Amino acid sequence: MTTDVIKETSHDDHQNDHHGDHKMTGIKRWLYTTNHKDIGTLYLWFSFIMLLTGGALAMVIRAELFQPGLQIVEPDFFNQLTTVHGLIMVFGAIMPAFTGFANWMLPMMVGAPDMALPRMNNWSFWILPFAFGILLSSFFMESGAPNFGWTFYAPLSTTYSNGSTAFFVFAVHIMGISSIMGAINIVVTIMNMRAPGMTYMKMPLFVWTFFITAYLLIAVMPVLAGVVTMVLTDTYFGTSFFNAAGGGDPVMFQHIFWFFGHPEVYIMILPAFGIVSTIIPAFSRKKLFGYSSMVYATSSIALLSFIVWAHHMFTTGMPLFGELFFMYCTMLIAVPTGVKVFNWVATMWRGSLSFETPMLFSIAFVILFTIGGFSGLMLAMTPVDFQYHDTYFVVAHFHYVLVTGSLFSLYAGAYYWLPKWTGNMYNDALSKWHFWCSLISVNLLFFPMHFLGLAGMPRRIPDYALQFADFNKWVSIGGFAFGLSQLIFLAVVIKCIRGGEKAPAKPWDGAAGLEWTVASPAPYHTFSTPPPQSDIDNADQHSH
Amino acid sequence: MKSDANSKNANNTNSVSTTNNKSVKKLLLVVLAMFGFGFALVPLYDVFCDITGLNGKTNTSAATYDASSIDESRTVRVQFITRNAQGVPWKFEPVQNEIEVHPGEMKFVSFYAKNNANNDIVGQAVPSVSPGRAANYFHKIECFCFTHQPLGAGMDVEMSLQFYVDLELPDDIKTLTLSYTLYDITNKSS
Repeated sequence: MTTDVIKETSHDDHQNDHHGDHKMTGIKRWLYTTNHKDIGTLYLWFSFIMLLTGGALAMVIRAELFQPGLQIVEPDFFNQLTTVHGLIMVFGAIMPAFTGFANWMLPMMVGAPDMALPRMNNWSFWILPFAFGILLSSFFMESGAPNFGWTFYAPLSTTYSNGSTAFFVFAVHIMGISSIMGAINIVVTIMNMRAPGMTYMKMPLFVWTFFITAYLLIAVMPVLAGVVTMVLTDTYFGTSFFNAAGGGDPVMFQHIFWFFGHPEVYIMILPAFGIVSTIIPAFSRKKLFGYSSMVYATSSIALLSFIVWAHHMFTTGMPLFGELFFMYCTMLIAVPTGVKVFNWVATMWRGSLSFETPMLFSIAFVILFTIGGFSGLMLAMTPVDFQYHDTYFVVAHFHYVLVTGSLFSLYAGAYYWLPKWTGNMYNDALSKWHFWCSLISVNLLFFPMHFLGLAGMPRRIPDYALQFADFNKWVSIGGFAFGLSQLIFLAVVIKCIRGGEKAPAKPWDGAAGLEWTVASPAPYHTFSTPPPQSDIDNADQHSH
Repeated sequence: MKSDANSKNANNTNSVSTTNNKSVKKLLLVVLAMFGFGFALVPLYDVFCDITGLNGKTNTSAATYDASSIDESRTVRVQFITRNAQGVPWKFEPVQNEIEVHPGEMKFVSFYAKNNANNDIVGQAVPSVSPGRAANYFHKIECFCFTHQPLGAGMDVEMSLQFYVDLELPDDIKTLTLSYTLYDITNKSS
C-alpha cells in the first residue's frame, strides 16, 4: 500500500485526488478529516478568505481616507473597521496561514505519517470559522462591532465599550484555544514524530522556526485569554482589574496585553523566517549559510521577546530606568535579526541565482522586512518614540513587517510548494504579474505613511488635516491597487488546482528537503514508513 | 487513515502515542500555568508598584505620623488637582490649590464637594501622586479617600485630608502634585 501511494503520480483534479482509502466524499471529507494535508488546505483557504475579508475592510478605510473630511463612514464605524481589520488580519489571516503551512509541510519535512494529534487538529481548525463568525456578526448588530482598536485598551474596551465586548471576548477565546491546540500539535509532532535519524540539528530551519513559534504561542496565548477574561468581567461582572475606582489600574491592562502582544508579533514573523530560509538556498543553489546561527538567532529573538513588551508603552509615564531598560533590550533584538538578514544575503552571495516567483517574493521579503526592522529600531528609541507614538509612522512600520514581511513570505511559500500541493505548475506569467503589481502597489501604499507619521498624522482617525491630503490620496491608490493585485493570486491558485503543466516530484533543482522525495501532488498519505537515512542526509540542506 | 501506520507496527505506534500523551499533558500544564500567570500579574503588579511607587499610587489606609523632626531647611510645594470621571455630576475641588510644607510637618487641607444631581450618589475619590517616585514619601494620616463619600441630592460637604511629606523625600523633588479622580460607585456600593 505504501509503495502504491508513493508511486501515485499526477491527477487532473485535486478534488478527486482519492486513493481508494476509506475517505469520505463531499463536505464530510472536509468536516471529518484528520489528514494533515486536508487540514492544511482548510487552514490555507480559510486564511485567504480572511485576508480578503480584512482587506475589504481596509479598502473602506482607504476610501474614507482618500480625501480629508468625512465622506463614506461615520467615525464610530471607522473605528469598528480599523479594529476588526486588525483582528482579522492578525488572528484570521496571518496566524492560520502559518498553521496551514505547518500542517501541510511539517509531517512531510520530518518524515512523519501525519501530525501527532490528528483529531485535535481537526477540532482546532473547525472552531475557527465560529470564532470569526461571532466577531463578524457583531457588525450586523445594533451596537456594531468592537470599536476600541485591535489592542482593546481598557477603559475603551470596558467602561466605554459598545455592546459588542462579549462577542469580541468569546471570539478571541476561541481563536486562542484554536491556536493553543495547533501549537501543542506542532510541538508534539516535532518532538516525537521525527523520522529516526533526524536529529534536532538536522531538522530543516522551517521546522525549527515553527517549533519555536509554537512554544511562544503556548506561553502567551493563555495570557491573552486571561486579559480578555478580565476585560469581560470588568465590563459585565463588576470587577475592577482595570478600573481605578475599584482599586485597579488601566495601565496594568497595557502591561498584561503587551506581555502577550510582543511575543505575538514574533509569532507572526518567525515562521516567515523559516519559509524564506527554505526558499533562498533553493534558488541560490547553495546550502543555507550559517544554519546553526539561524537556530540560535531564532531562539534568542523568541527569548528576548518576553522582556521588551513595555516599548509599546513609552508614553505611559514610565520611570527613566524602565524606559532605558526596555529601549536597550529592544535594540538588542536587532542583533539576532541582523544575523538572520546577513545569513540570507550570504546565502545568495555567489550563488547561481534564478528568479522564479518564490525567490522574487523572498528577496522582496528580505529587503522590505529590513526596512520594517529599521523603522522598528527608530521606534525603539525612547526619546523619539514620543514623536512617533500613535502616528502613521507606527502604521507604516508594522505593515512593512506584517505585509511585506509575513504576507510576502506566505506568498513565497505558497508559490514554492503549490506544485507539491496540486501536482501542477502555476502559471508563471500570472504569478510574475502578481509579484510586480504587489511590490509596486504595496510600497505606494505603505512607504508614504512613514512621512505622514513623521509629519504628525495620528493613526485610527477618519479625518485628517488638509496638508496630509496628497499623500493620503497616493496611499489610497496604492491600497486599491494592492487589494486588486491579490485577486491575481486567487486566479493563479485556482488555475493551478484545475490544471497546468504537470509538476515533477522536485520541480526546483536547488530544493532540498524530504517533501521533494514524494510524488507531486503529494499522495494523501506520505511516510507511512519512515524515509531511509540516505534521504534524510540528502535533504539535510546545511551539511551537503 | 492512521490505520496504515497502526497496522504496520502496532507496538511502535503505541509507544509513540504514549509519548505523545505525555508531551500533551506537559504542554497543557504549561498552558494552565501561563493562564494563571496572567492573573498572577495583577497582584504582582500591585506589589511591584507598591515597592517602587511607579504608578503614583499612595497608601490606601491611614498612616501614623512618625516623623522624628521637621526639616525647616526644605520647602516642598504640594499642589492639589481634582477631576471627575466621565459623567459624575458633582462639583469637586480643592479649597486651596497649593500649599508649602516642610518635610515632616503635618498639614490639614480640605476639599469641597457638592452633589448637583437630583439623586443620591456615592462617590469615591482615587488619589495619585506625580512624580510617581514621590508616592511612597507622601503619607496620608486621614483622608476622605479611605472611605466612600455618600452625598444626598443637592447636598454639599467639606472633606479633610491630613498628611505629611517624608523627611526622606529625594532632594530633587521640589513639587508634588496630588490628583484626585472622583468616580461614581453608587451601583457598586449598594
